[in-house]
Amino acid sequence: MRRRDFIQLSGLGMSALMGSSIPVLGSTVPLSQLLEPRADAAAKKKLADVALNAARSKGATYADVRIGRYLQQFLFTREMKVQNITNAESYGVGIRVIANGTWGFSATSDVRPEAIAKCAETAVAIAKANSKLQKEPVDLAPQKGVGDVSWKTPLKKNAFEVPVQEKIDLLMKVNGEAMKNGAGFVTSNLFFINEQKYFASTDGSYIDQDVHRIWPTFTVTAVDRQAGKFKTRDALSSPMGMGYEYLDGSAADKIPGPNGLISYRNSYDMVEDATVAARQAKEKLTAKSIQSGKYDLVLDPNHLGLTIHESVGHATELDRVLGYEANYAGTSFATLDKWKSKNFQYGSKLVNIVADKTQPHTLGTVGYDDEGVPGKEWDLIKDGILVNYQAIRDQVKMLGGTESNGCCYADNWDSIQFQRMPNVSLKPSAEKRSVSDMIKGVDKGIYIMGRGSYSIDQQRYNFQFGGQLFYEIKNGQIVGMLDDVAYQSNTQEFWNSCVQLCDKDDYRTFGSFFDGKGQPSQVSAVSHGCPTTRFNGVNVINTGRKI
Amino acid sequence: MVLLTEAEAKALLQKVLSYSKADECVVNLSGGESGNIRYARNEVSTSGSTINQNLQVQSAFGKKVGVATIDEFDDASLEKVVRRAEELAHLAPENPEYVSVLGPQQYLKSTGFFESTAKITPATRAEAIAKSLDVSGNQKLAAAGFLEDYRGYSAMMNSKGLFAYYPSTNVNFSLTVRTDDGTGSGYVTRGYSDFSKLDTSSATKIAVEKCLGSVGARALEPGKYTVILEPTAGVVLLENIFFGMDARSADEGRSFLSKPGGKTKLGEKIVDERVTIFSDPTNPELPASPWAGDGQPREKINWIEKGVVKNMAYSRFWAQKKGVKPVPFPSNVIMAGGTASLDDMIKSTQRGILVTKLWYIRTVDPQTLLLTGLTRDGTFYIENGKIKHPIKNFRFNESPVIMLNNLEALGKPERVVSTESNSNYLIPPMKIREFTFSSLSDAV
Repeated sequence: MRRRDFIQLSGLGMSALMGSSIPVLGSTVPLSQLLEPRADAAAKKKLADVALNAARSKGATYADVRIGRYLQQFLFTREMKVQNITNAESYGVGIRVIANGTWGFSATSDVRPEAIAKCAETAVAIAKANSKLQKEPVDLAPQKGVGDVSWKTPLKKNAFEVPVQEKIDLLMKVNGEAMKNGAGFVTSNLFFINEQKYFASTDGSYIDQDVHRIWPTFTVTAVDRQAGKFKTRDALSSPMGMGYEYLDGSAADKIPGPNGLISYRNSYDMVEDATVAARQAKEKLTAKSIQSGKYDLVLDPNHLGLTIHESVGHATELDRVLGYEANYAGTSFATLDKWKSKNFQYGSKLVNIVADKTQPHTLGTVGYDDEGVPGKEWDLIKDGILVNYQAIRDQVKMLGGTESNGCCYADNWDSIQFQRMPNVSLKPSAEKRSVSDMIKGVDKGIYIMGRGSYSIDQQRYNFQFGGQLFYEIKNGQIVGMLDDVAYQSNTQEFWNSCVQLCDKDDYRTFGSFFDGKGQPSQVSAVSHGCPTTRFNGVNVINTGRKI
Repeated sequence: MVLLTEAEAKALLQKVLSYSKADECVVNLSGGESGNIRYARNEVSTSGSTINQNLQVQSAFGKKVGVATIDEFDDASLEKVVRRAEELAHLAPENPEYVSVLGPQQYLKSTGFFESTAKITPATRAEAIAKSLDVSGNQKLAAAGFLEDYRGYSAMMNSKGLFAYYPSTNVNFSLTVRTDDGTGSGYVTRGYSDFSKLDTSSATKIAVEKCLGSVGARALEPGKYTVILEPTAGVVLLENIFFGMDARSADEGRSFLSKPGGKTKLGEKIVDERVTIFSDPTNPELPASPWAGDGQPREKINWIEKGVVKNMAYSRFWAQKKGVKPVPFPSNVIMAGGTASLDDMIKSTQRGILVTKLWYIRTVDPQTLLLTGLTRDGTFYIENGKIKHPIKNFRFNESPVIMLNNLEALGKPERVVSTESNSNYLIPPMKIREFTFSSLSDAV
């Protein structure tokens, strides 16, 4: 049985999520149930062996099994009201096999051994049935079994163990401060996810993992009723692969920016950000409307992360390049011939972009991916040149490789695992440089913070991005706030206009918590690290209209 | 037993309510099966099916409300879920927006359940896809598509005796066909309640035609153009108006329907007088549930009539506060059109652009509903009433409100699937003048 509900957030004034919906996997349960352990690793190993043996005995040449428990706690508030608290649990088994050279997949929520054996048999039967339509057999890159291992997100405070009242108190304080500082409306939310995943395969791996993610966020709205205008400002937090300690707001992780702006690294002060956000939303109501034209852009990591996600992250997914996502997400301009040429200038020489499943505190980091491959780091763009893609076990041989990159993921036990974006990050400059240093060198520019409207074509050439905060830079100084700003560019042109990066002290991660891909669509969470970065001569349009 | 009949659903709901000790109790029940098949590079890539049933209990003591859900329907589980909702209600703070449940209601009759769709099997799906691959197969083309179907029901009952039941079916099919060299791409999507209406073969011919026709695209300067939006393209823009009809947001001053001075645009003309947008759950082409999740009847209602905002959606709480009749959000949306065919509209165009699909639509400014996105999978230049040649894709920045003020002509409405929300609508092709394309894209 499966329940996949969607909490529609449209109309709640939450622009970061407008038009999308929040998937709730599993059944809602009392909070106490989330804290009760299910089967231990030894019991899961027994169940996993049932699946692997059943699959082998029916003729599978490879099998893997994921016994997954997926927990979610989401809190939604509006002004001084709690709108909804969802505690959800989803528990079951997904079995994937290769038989007759073809994949087969089946899943069940019945975790008794006989049901698991039957599920494995079904997976083999599906593989055999589908093999009649298969042209080339699956060619799986080898992966040495890792034996019995475990991995856990390093965390200080399990968010699920923090009392709900404490969370409500925090959000009420956030909303209260926002209202006090000029917000007409405010919505605030906390999202907590815990994936307890047991993976086993016929390669001889038995991997027990406990993965945690957190995302605190809000939207404040300021309204000028007389003028009939409203403006919003979303939180400058980032979703993280951390526990509740992300909300400690420690001073050491606050990065002071120009003009009193504050950025957050691995610790977030939600009340402080909401207070500032309310004032900024009000300021936006009377901010100067941008004159369209070419500007040098200074992009904060909390903004640039999304540009990296869309223009590099998705473009270098091998399944897209090969056409597997053609009917929905699209294909990619970063075609194999460009990669093979070894001289495709994706960006300027300063652009070094790495993929990884290992950076601390990030959403993509795990011990092993959902096909048993250990987390690793690899180059996608080196000195501006496209050098690699994101590939999993059944794809990597198409690139002449022998080893998976380890970026296979399924969003639930009953979803089939496929290639998903690892963390994709821009390396900071080795030269010492702060944001203030960078701004000093800009004559006519815009400093942009936060995630705004975003859109990119199906091959990842042409994009348009907005933001949360825009500041005009004139002769090396910030002179005031701007509004109605969006920039348009072409991926290759944009990355080749990258002229300067800040150093590692400015490096921070941005994240996407509900990135969608596939049909039926699956979500995944991914981080993007980068320093503040400068791009020269980018086309900026004015988005102000009258209706 | 996932698909309960009306009588079975009623009996189950009565049983759940018999356990209730709360002042008020509402039980919502749903169940269904969905299946899918996906293909890419001319072969099946994945397939699957999902069975789903769920029961939600909302218990209230005064204004203290608790909600709990369960997917197992044995007596012990049913009693447990009622107790849990009641426990949560006792623990909850008072909800100032709680409105007492409705008594029994009368609903319109709407037929949305079709046996043809309900009896789809994995073999039927494979057959439908095989027919599609037969058409695209021998032509140096790469086909990638998705077919998904659903059969299910929803039902509800409350402690004041309200009972509602609605079974429905749906099938959506979509297909992208690309030339092997990546220079052409075409798309088609179809949505029906009745599977027997789906002809994957003829649909595939359209995608193939668009794919081959789009090869050799030339660049046009970005700027303002007259466009003909096929329904698949137009719907993803119009949807943002449909989603934005909430009265509360408008009253709060944070909607495109808000206006200076704290008022709303209710009763005002906001678009061309030929624009009428309405909902009707009984429409045979687009049947939909005649009741909302809280039991309110959904009736035929005009949202925009001859260009004037006639109705906004009022939750029961907001309606009570404002002293007006509540209006639930609709279960379907229909835009009235004319009688012209797409061909007629092309013939009457001196110079313009035929847009067959739009992609990656995002709100740039919620105040004006300014949207951005791109054309995709077949965009064509029209001159002197004829399609002259394919053109390269554009990015646009346009508000559907401005667009509907620049209306030239409306064609005959047809059922379409939104590529953004996956919802089905009845939308006419639209001819619009001065549609704003702001840059070129190299994407095919």
